[in-house]
Amino acid sequence: MAAEHQINAGFMPLFDSAVLVAAKEIGFAAREGVDLTLSRETSWANIRDRIAIGHFDLAHMLGPMPIACNVGLTPLASDTIVPFSLGLGGNCVTVSTTLWAGMAAHGALPDLDPARAGKALGALIRERANAGRDPLRFAVVHPHSGHNYELRYWLAACGIDPSREIEIVIVPPPFMADALAAGRIDGYCAGEPWNSASVVAGTGHIATVKATIWKTSPEKVVGVRKAWAEKHPEALSALLRALHHAARWCQDPANRGELAALMAQPSFLGLSPALQMPILTGHLALGGGAELTVEDFFLPFGKAANFPWKSHALWFYTQMVRWGQVKHSAAHMALARDTYRPDLYRAALKPLGVALPGANAKVEGALTAATPVGSAGASLALGPDGFFDGRIFDPDRIDDYLAIRDWAMPTS
Amino acid sequence: MIRKSLTVLVIDENHIRASIIEAGLREAGHEQVTVVHDVAGIARRIAEIEPDVIVIDLENPNRDMLENMFQLSRVVKRPIAMFVDRSDQASIEAAVEAGVSAYVVDGLRQERVKPILDMAISRFNAFSRMARELEEARSELEDRKLIDRAKGILMRSRGLSEEAAYALLRKTAMNQNRKISEIAQSLVTAAGLLDPGES
Repeated sequence: MAAEHQINAGFMPLFDSAVLVAAKEIGFAAREGVDLTLSRETSWANIRDRIAIGHFDLAHMLGPMPIACNVGLTPLASDTIVPFSLGLGGNCVTVSTTLWAGMAAHGALPDLDPARAGKALGALIRERANAGRDPLRFAVVHPHSGHNYELRYWLAACGIDPSREIEIVIVPPPFMADALAAGRIDGYCAGEPWNSASVVAGTGHIATVKATIWKTSPEKVVGVRKAWAEKHPEALSALLRALHHAARWCQDPANRGELAALMAQPSFLGLSPALQMPILTGHLALGGGAELTVEDFFLPFGKAANFPWKSHALWFYTQMVRWGQVKHSAAHMALARDTYRPDLYRAALKPLGVALPGANAKVEGALTAATPVGSAGASLALGPDGFFDGRIFDPDRIDDYLAIRDWAMPTS
Repeated sequence: MIRKSLTVLVIDENHIRASIIEAGLREAGHEQVTVVHDVAGIARRIAEIEPDVIVIDLENPNRDMLENMFQLSRVVKRPIAMFVDRSDQASIEAAVEAGVSAYVVDGLRQERVKPILDMAISRFNAFSRMARELEEARSELEDRKLIDRAKGILMRSRGLSEEAAYALLRKTAMNQNRKISEIAQSLVTAAGLLDPGES
């Protein structure tokens, strides 16, 4: 069958592009009549530019990136919408072995506990400041990224001011391990496999992970040029169905070996299949021989991982405001909310008869355990979705959330 | 009114392409041109040079880092935006297609920057063409070597003359609708498998 729809998509070499890659390579796109062309890019800026000028119809994007485009934070932006999320979790905070030794001396344990690790890091930072040493330097992949916001959230909740007490720089993910090994940075927050890469090299230690800072939290999305989506609604629907099947395939433990081998290919990540396994199993080598299995470390499909919750968009928006990237206004907030499009997700998947969330937004951090929210016939489980500091984000009470001044957890 | 000449910074890890761009800028009368191959310490360099225009190749993975630096604008005097006027869609498209991007100090007039960008686009395209031609010449040479080896195998194993060996390769390629070099590759591989001494 000749493909009815030609779609050009860009991606960055990160494991969470897997759903797009599987859609193309395992044949889910072809089955929906979509001829999907994937182009690997070298920077998020290139992805943004190529979406804007029409080289790409859609792309693998950082969750906050389309919001940043729509509120005008980036040059050459175009209206971009998010009808599909590429997964939950998957990031780690990795520190140099030297920094880890310093944190361990202040009580950090290889248990990934964000509160304990953060407390130790705070003590070390104050000790360094008293000794007149330079602030520690952390790297994230992009200013408008889940990585930047979760690193800052974690540090602030642990009583560390990320804008004053440390320095945050931007480093492309494939360069993180080298920068850490060379001592140009002391730590970083990035997606896999770029954390395990440092652990395997013996130069890094995973201090904590996104899946413990905020359980089942949003990460990458499919960003679509709005003008294209409006002109080609059937192509978009077909692609979303293909992505749904691809995501289900990626989540199935029976396919881990095949998926790891696929992502290991030079045209995707170009790293050994063994390095792709930690994100798939959640079983992480932390460094120094310590190992731990993290529940829901990365979910490409489970727990409604592909649903573009408006509460996720709004949480990203609050972090943009919190860290001074955008001024809070009703207009900006509406732009952020309208960026994520659960209506398009639902419309595309409805013919499949699968379980779909009934609401467009949820109170984040309210579920302390996995909770069935089954709609008629089909079942769906959400959560746990808690923030490690116990805070709740209610998308209907954004002003209250933004009014919080003291984010530090009470010290025990 | 005498215009102060523009200060241009070229960031390109490819040394040859960078010097082609630099030469182009100098030919166009721009004397204040700096070329940087490695982005290590780029913030300090930008603060020193205070460029009006920054030309960067799109393969450079450090664009996100640079844009963040521009936005923080503590090191850069004024905020820098990509291109002068985003209404100039054709220029933007041509630049991205050529693989080059430019950042311009806010407020600089478009007619002063456009010639620089146009020059960069044409030189980037010329460089790509040159690289492609070089690659084609290289692969042609390799094909010829491969065919010579395949001919040698046929001449030895079947006692054919050189012309007859070539004719046989050519006929087989035509029958199978493949390139002669592909047939030659298959033959060389097969010969290597059958006799480790012949490869």
